[in-house]
Amino acid sequence: MDDRLMIQVENLTKRYAGHAAVSDISFSVARGEIVGLLGPNGAGKSTTMRILSCFLPATSGTVRVGGMDVFSDSEEVRRRIGYMPENNPLHLDMRVAEYLRFRARLKGLGRRRCRERLGIVMEQCGLKDVSRKIIGQLSKGYRQRVGLADALIHEPELIILDEPTIGLDPRQIRSVRQLIKGLAEHHTVLLSSHILPEVEMTCSRVLILFEGRILAADTPENLQHLMSSNSQVVAEIAAPEAELQDCWAQMPEIEHFDIAPAEGEYLRCALTPRDGIDLRPHIFALARERGWFLRELTRSRHSLEDIYVQVTQPAEEEES
Amino acid sequence: MRAYWTLTRRELGTYFLSLRGYVIIAAVGFLIGFIFKVLIKTLGSDPSPAPVTELFYSTYLFWIILLLGTPVITMRLFALEKFSGTFETLMTTPISDVQVVGAKFTGAVFFYMIMWLPLLGCILIVRHYTSDPAAFDAEIVGSTFLGIFLLGCVFISLGCFASALTRSQMTAAMIGLLLCFSLFLLSFLADRLPGPDWQAQALSMFALPEQMHDFVRGVVDTRPVILYLSLTFFFLFLTLRVLGSRRWK
Repeated sequence: MDDRLMIQVENLTKRYAGHAAVSDISFSVARGEIVGLLGPNGAGKSTTMRILSCFLPATSGTVRVGGMDVFSDSEEVRRRIGYMPENNPLHLDMRVAEYLRFRARLKGLGRRRCRERLGIVMEQCGLKDVSRKIIGQLSKGYRQRVGLADALIHEPELIILDEPTIGLDPRQIRSVRQLIKGLAEHHTVLLSSHILPEVEMTCSRVLILFEGRILAADTPENLQHLMSSNSQVVAEIAAPEAELQDCWAQMPEIEHFDIAPAEGEYLRCALTPRDGIDLRPHIFALARERGWFLRELTRSRHSLEDIYVQVTQPAEEEES
Repeated sequence: MRAYWTLTRRELGTYFLSLRGYVIIAAVGFLIGFIFKVLIKTLGSDPSPAPVTELFYSTYLFWIILLLGTPVITMRLFALEKFSGTFETLMTTPISDVQVVGAKFTGAVFFYMIMWLPLLGCILIVRHYTSDPAAFDAEIVGSTFLGIFLLGCVFISLGCFASALTRSQMTAAMIGLLLCFSLFLLSFLADRLPGPDWQAQALSMFALPEQMHDFVRGVVDTRPVILYLSLTFFFLFLTLRVLGSRRWK
């Protein structure tokens, strides 16, 4: 058994009354990684996380956390996991510090260690100012931080966060994201999201889940790379249109081009390269040689969104 | 064990964090006050050899408190946690199902006993203002509270079971009420059956009002004690099974 692996999932299947929420997935997560589970609603993200956190048993397959089986060593596994479920349920009638103390004691922390950890996580999650407030009166952003603090309080090796930034405003999302990134030093993090830039920004590896199966698993960069083969280059150039057309038509590296008028005397050229080469140096050299004014030169990065749409599309078409 | 006590404390605390606990105590206090008024009237009109606790029991209000109070106490135990989703955060901490059921039950029983404290107050008032302390034997008061405690355990465990079945507090309260009333009415069924055959005999074991009557007279019979304890354990066991059912459902 590999000691560096935090999570090992082998042939995991979960059925609810005949319908498979997760079918035969396998993946592993190394210690210290931040891994994102990405998928539309109903893809099986939450189910996978619930199984990992010992809330639901698997129908078949084995799931190990830190080398221990989630079914037979359930209590020991739960000791090592900090789990924040979807929608972050909290006891709204309790005060922040009181709630965290209650959770820490539930998780088996002693009185002294509880006090120690309470101070640390409240600092870490920026809850010092609201420690005496009733959770029900806090804003959603603060509640999310309370949920995170709860997941962290017993210093778990693995932190599982189900949709940690759902329903937050952009500023809150940024702060939660910063917080999650900061966790990577000491913890392994598994988070789920259906918002793509989110996993793209926080995770070192992405698993794309769709209808209970893993469609792709790689680093965001590699997934990018996979897609960049036909990524377009956009250049805004001030030059006579006819000259540009001639020029693009003659360049062997360009498969397809499109010219549209932009602001002022500039023309916006969208160029599709052949064989995935990067056209930008060529265009720059050409502009210098011919004395064109070049205002913009960008390669459209494929966001995970495109990858996501592309990998999920065939399955959707099959279905229809 | 630490987790168990933490959860018990939290469960007991919840009643006082919302209005619910105070409303229940106030309502029960009102009913007990009503019984007290009846009692004073009886004591004033004609002398009785029965101990005061027995006179307390003479109105049916005692059963109304028990039958209506316990489902209201227990309805939120599991239903609310399931509804709000905190059940998931609770069950993913390293705490066993047995501890969860035990802690919730203990918390509810504690609150239930607090709810009955006004009765003790009434007894002390009567004792203070009457010249005859013999009528207020500590043992009789003790056996009365033992009866209240044991019957409460049975009905609270029933309520736990009802609450574990559903996500809605209202449904939990109704199921609890139905179960409590059915158990209570069982005791009247025995009289209606023709002939003292085994069915009637079996049913007569569930004669809760008569058994409670014994307790308030200071008679502690082991049979009802064992019956109540086994019923409590049985319903707590059922609750445990319901909680565990998410593992095979």
